[in-house]
Amino acid sequence: MNALFTLAAIVAVISTTMVVTRTVAVHALLYLVVSLLAVATVFFTLGAAFAAALEVIIYAGAIMILFVFVVMMLNLDRDDADRENTWLTPRVWAGPALLSAVLAGELLYAGIAGHGTIVAAREVGPVQVGLALFGPYLLAVELASLLLLAGLISAYHLGRDSGRGG
Amino acid sequence: MGAVAPANAILLAAILFGLGLAGVLIRRNLIFMLMSIEVMLNATGLAFVAGGARWGQADGQVMFLLVLTLAAAEISVGLALILLLQTRRPTLDSDVGNRLKG
Repeated sequence: MNALFTLAAIVAVISTTMVVTRTVAVHALLYLVVSLLAVATVFFTLGAAFAAALEVIIYAGAIMILFVFVVMMLNLDRDDADRENTWLTPRVWAGPALLSAVLAGELLYAGIAGHGTIVAAREVGPVQVGLALFGPYLLAVELASLLLLAGLISAYHLGRDSGRGG
Repeated sequence: MGAVAPANAILLAAILFGLGLAGVLIRRNLIFMLMSIEVMLNATGLAFVAGGARWGQADGQVMFLLVLTLAAAEISVGLALILLLQTRRPTLDSDVGNRLKG
């Protein structure tokens, strides 16, 4: 049993449970970011380094930024300074920070100490993924681009007049 | 340190998917339901990557990329819908979403 995998899996389950049970959206978002980082660590231990990098960049980066912006826009009518103060008490960020520290410890252990070189039976690198993407899966890539275009157009259409109060 | 058994990763994916499903069923706030859907999609991607790692093929990660694309498109449309609903009526309760007449 791989210790890195076990630790990351425990962190993922704990943080996902916290996501489901929080009442304030920003607290849940903090735990959701930790959960995505833990799943990225699991990807790394499975030998899928490319998927791990994409998980951090797109999921924990881009999609979570979208969530944060929308949560910030949703309750603009309350007193902003008070809200920021109540969101930033140590009781709120101590839990996600602790779980992130566990993941950072794993990263240091695997990267600097050099224990993470061979963790998977067979590592599947970005070269193999790229060759598969633009070889047999070329049509699926085109369909994905079409899906993204549809998402872009519908998000633009829906968000066009949402700022004017309907 | 031994290699990761893909069965354990599948088990983790099942647990995460169950947590996300419970979130969708329990919570009534639209933002939290969208977050739970995100957790479920993430668990699906984990299952794909674990399957690809079992056979040492790149197909699992290709499917994960497609799931990632789906999640990005879904979340942009979903968040735009939530913003629109919020401007029409000042609540995020999904139980009142059936009153579609604006």
